Amino acid sequence: MMLKRRSNPQLNWDLWPKIPVAISAIVLIFSVSACSDPEPVIEGAEPTLRHLTEQQYRNIIADLFGDHIVVAGSFDPIPRQDGLVAIGAGDATISASSFDKYEKLAHAIAEQVLSESNRTLYIPCEPTRINRADAACASAFFEPIGRLLFRRPLEQSELSQAVDLAGAAGDQLESFYEGLAFGLTSLLVSPNFLFIVDDIEEMPSAGVALTEYAKASRLSFFLWNTTPDVELLDAVAAGDLSTQRGLESQIDRMMQSSRLRQGVKAFFADMLHLDDFDHLEKDNLIYPAFDPQATDDARDQLLLTVAHHVLDIDADYRDLFTTRTTFMNGSLGRLYRTPVSEPNLWLPYEFSDGEARAGIQSLAGFIALHSHPGRSSPTIRGKAVRELLLCQTVPDPPPDVDFSLFNEPSAQPMTARERLDIHNSVDSCAGCHRLTDGIGLSLEHFDGAGQFRVTDAGLAIDVSGNLDGIDYANQLGLAEALRNNPALSACLIDQTVAYGLARKPGREARAWTNFLTNQFQENGYRFKHLLRSVAVSENFFAVKAPSPASETNIQVGTRLPRSEGSES
Amino acid sequence: MTVIKTHKPARRAFLRGSLAGAAVSVGIPFLDKFLNDGGTALASGAPLPLRFGTWFAGLGHTPRRGIRAHDGTDFEFIDECIALEPYRSEYINYFSGFNTPLDGSISAVHYTGWVAGKTGSVPQGFGMIPAPTLDTIIADRIGTRSRFKSLELSSTGRPIDSYSYRGAGNHNAAEVSPVNFYQRLFGPEFRDPADTDFKPDPRVMLRQSVLSAVEDDRQRLERTVGHEDKARLDQYFTSVRELEQQIEVSLSAPPPLEACRKPPAPEEATIGYEVETVNANHDALTKILALALACDQTRVFNMMYTQAASEARVKGTTFTHHILSHEEPPDDVLGYQVQTAWFNERGYQALSRMLSTLSNIREGDGTLLDNMLIFAQTDTSDAKTHSVIGIPSMTIGKAAGRIKTGLHINGNAAPQSRIGLTVMQVMGVPIAEWGTKSLRTSTTVDGMLA
Repeated sequence: MMLKRRSNPQLNWDLWPKIPVAISAIVLIFSVSACSDPEPVIEGAEPTLRHLTEQQYRNIIADLFGDHIVVAGSFDPIPRQDGLVAIGAGDATISASSFDKYEKLAHAIAEQVLSESNRTLYIPCEPTRINRADAACASAFFEPIGRLLFRRPLEQSELSQAVDLAGAAGDQLESFYEGLAFGLTSLLVSPNFLFIVDDIEEMPSAGVALTEYAKASRLSFFLWNTTPDVELLDAVAAGDLSTQRGLESQIDRMMQSSRLRQGVKAFFADMLHLDDFDHLEKDNLIYPAFDPQATDDARDQLLLTVAHHVLDIDADYRDLFTTRTTFMNGSLGRLYRTPVSEPNLWLPYEFSDGEARAGIQSLAGFIALHSHPGRSSPTIRGKAVRELLLCQTVPDPPPDVDFSLFNEPSAQPMTARERLDIHNSVDSCAGCHRLTDGIGLSLEHFDGAGQFRVTDAGLAIDVSGNLDGIDYANQLGLAEALRNNPALSACLIDQTVAYGLARKPGREARAWTNFLTNQFQENGYRFKHLLRSVAVSENFFAVKAPSPASETNIQVGTRLPRSEGSES
Repeated sequence: MTVIKTHKPARRAFLRGSLAGAAVSVGIPFLDKFLNDGGTALASGAPLPLRFGTWFAGLGHTPRRGIRAHDGTDFEFIDECIALEPYRSEYINYFSGFNTPLDGSISAVHYTGWVAGKTGSVPQGFGMIPAPTLDTIIADRIGTRSRFKSLELSSTGRPIDSYSYRGAGNHNAAEVSPVNFYQRLFGPEFRDPADTDFKPDPRVMLRQSVLSAVEDDRQRLERTVGHEDKARLDQYFTSVRELEQQIEVSLSAPPPLEACRKPPAPEEATIGYEVETVNANHDALTKILALALACDQTRVFNMMYTQAASEARVKGTTFTHHILSHEEPPDDVLGYQVQTAWFNERGYQALSRMLSTLSNIREGDGTLLDNMLIFAQTDTSDAKTHSVIGIPSMTIGKAAGRIKTGLHINGNAAPQSRIGLTVMQVMGVPIAEWGTKSLRTSTTVDGMLA
């Protein structure tokens, strides 16, 4: 295995493995006064390739070139794994049809960037002749752009390749700028751009570590959901990230940046499965207020509420599930049946006592996302609370259910509770329904679009329920029970770590996540503090050497002897 | 063991010599040497392309309401499948009684059935893809000479609704928009066979050089990643090569295909699970697909009408096809689930319309369906109980004379992988055995072979 060797001469390599531990311990002593135990050190995982998500791709293009560069086109979805797209991104590759789209998208972006109206924004020089190649000017363009796209300086061969390609194309097409567009396209379809690469280097003593540039990428996508900015890359070049003080200085800067909001929203959008809004469908005869605008706004309302709570007021994460504070606009006003003074603006809004809503699990977006197109579903809602908010697994439905008991549509009007009582009368169903229905039934005052109601099919709704032994009379009781459930914050920590590492933390990480849990508790369950605790930890950057490469082929069957096949 | 290997085209082929307006000889041979003599031929003497497709509709049909079996292999379509009757004798084989042995695994409802049918292996749970789906194996065999190795389509509106996988983490997402699909196929990059003044576009050739440059990134990356990620990188570079091949095809003069013509551009359409919307998108995508096949833009496709556990619904109602399939009581008089049956019937009507579209395109002495094999599958045999015993399936088309048609073949509890193995062999895949555990088989369904 050929790896780069660390080249910073100022460090004493023999001391290197011990430095982060020592610094971490010092930092913890000062920053976590109530926590006397040192942070446990866990073994890292193999370096990974992370497929850029659609939002990351869009963020990078906007950050580098501006919002006026249109990223028009569809992206193939990255399958979610273990509850997060971020984990799926660590396992996904790029199919032929997906690459076809990336290539067309890259050409379209490059054409816009190098268009006559835009090119002066990005090119720091004038070519000697507009109809010929100019290697020096091309280099001046590709070097900084390539550094931001690849999240590290381009190697000389990479820079030469882009310059040569631009030169050949520029000469061929008799246009310096059209040539540059082909060079830029080559960077935009490169695996170095489309995958976030965990570059590693050998440690002087033993083992491997992420390069400082790879650390910067991990940080930047974790906190900002985009590529490292120039200042962060400059800090790497200056060796700042090789010291804990320098690392924390950059983290603190990033935590102060307006991009943190973008990163935090991306995390919660992943954790709450908000990408499902892309295909959320409601019957417009049954729920006319849940129109396409309301669909988008219901999603945004969730994110606005979360971001306000965990960033703007830096409140206790658990209170996100009891808060009555949200934001409202015109389309949601129609959905919530509440007057809105400025329909075109998002305005702060407090749910009153009579509205029976508390916590993001009672917002129309969460409710509608976990309902059928034309009716509510206590089971789906309960499953969502268990799996998304508490990180608990609700078993899959058994294959041998006797459905003859469940006759729907029923001859007589029935409430959801009455229908589910029948499910609970079947042993093979009851086990799982007990996990979900006590939660979901208490949300039955909200219909399939999240609108408040007091009756279902003309029948009064009983919204009592229970969660892990806590009985309550209605959704407000559920909110309190959820808020006080220990699994709530443990789930957030697991998901935060998994999101940052693009893998589900295994048993080996339990000591670390337990440590984070204690810190989270001691610091008032502040999400920003959790983010920082993860980001400053050496565990966040730990890697181990990749397993030896082997021939990886897909075995699908037994090949016919040559003479028996149809191939001539 | 069969090892999938991909053809690696010569690198950096293009930037040598003059480009603009030059006659470039980078054509892909049109003649497919694997074709037998069963099909008709073009005027040039070259055989017509052999195509493969899959078609999928969730929840199948109500047991005993799809076909009426007669003596031997004779049968007729009835009730929910009646729309297929006009195509039965000439084009369709219907398979019943084939089993999905679970070998102790628990059946993941609405998942195990189709995964086993498409991969020859029972998945260990939801989301697990134990092996490549057979369409990708066939595409590697017959899809390397066309512009697109395969095309995935779904009328559900969700790109994730495609059951084509090259492996775990390597999903071929579906095109869901007729407008986007049309643009991809018949947009500026389409070469019309009627265009006699063909000159390769130098900008298209430059696209090839971009992709050649990307190949040079491989070595550096492989130094860093573990073997699992190396496999993912390999798949990425396979995708790069497939696009290179696609570009190469567009640089050569299109073959003279008499049935090829550019379809009219579709109008913007809504997407969703409402049945009328699903039908409209299925039909619009089919029309474009049919001419893409006639123009040899692809030889492999996967069309999804509705996904497993179909979410299709009727506007203004609160129950979906899936919920009804479980909870709707059988009608006291008729003895079956009336609303569920209505949804099932819509699917086979859509398939019938697709066959109409394909068979209305003349090609040589026959139609597109004569040179095609469509493997139609579903997820359950009895949706009400999630049963994977006897999941019905069909082959449609004559596969250039390689198979007999009009047969009802009862598997008598044989593993359903026999059908998949037979289909792959018919399509020229040199494979003698397929599947794992009790689904592993070397036995084909000989009765359907010509």
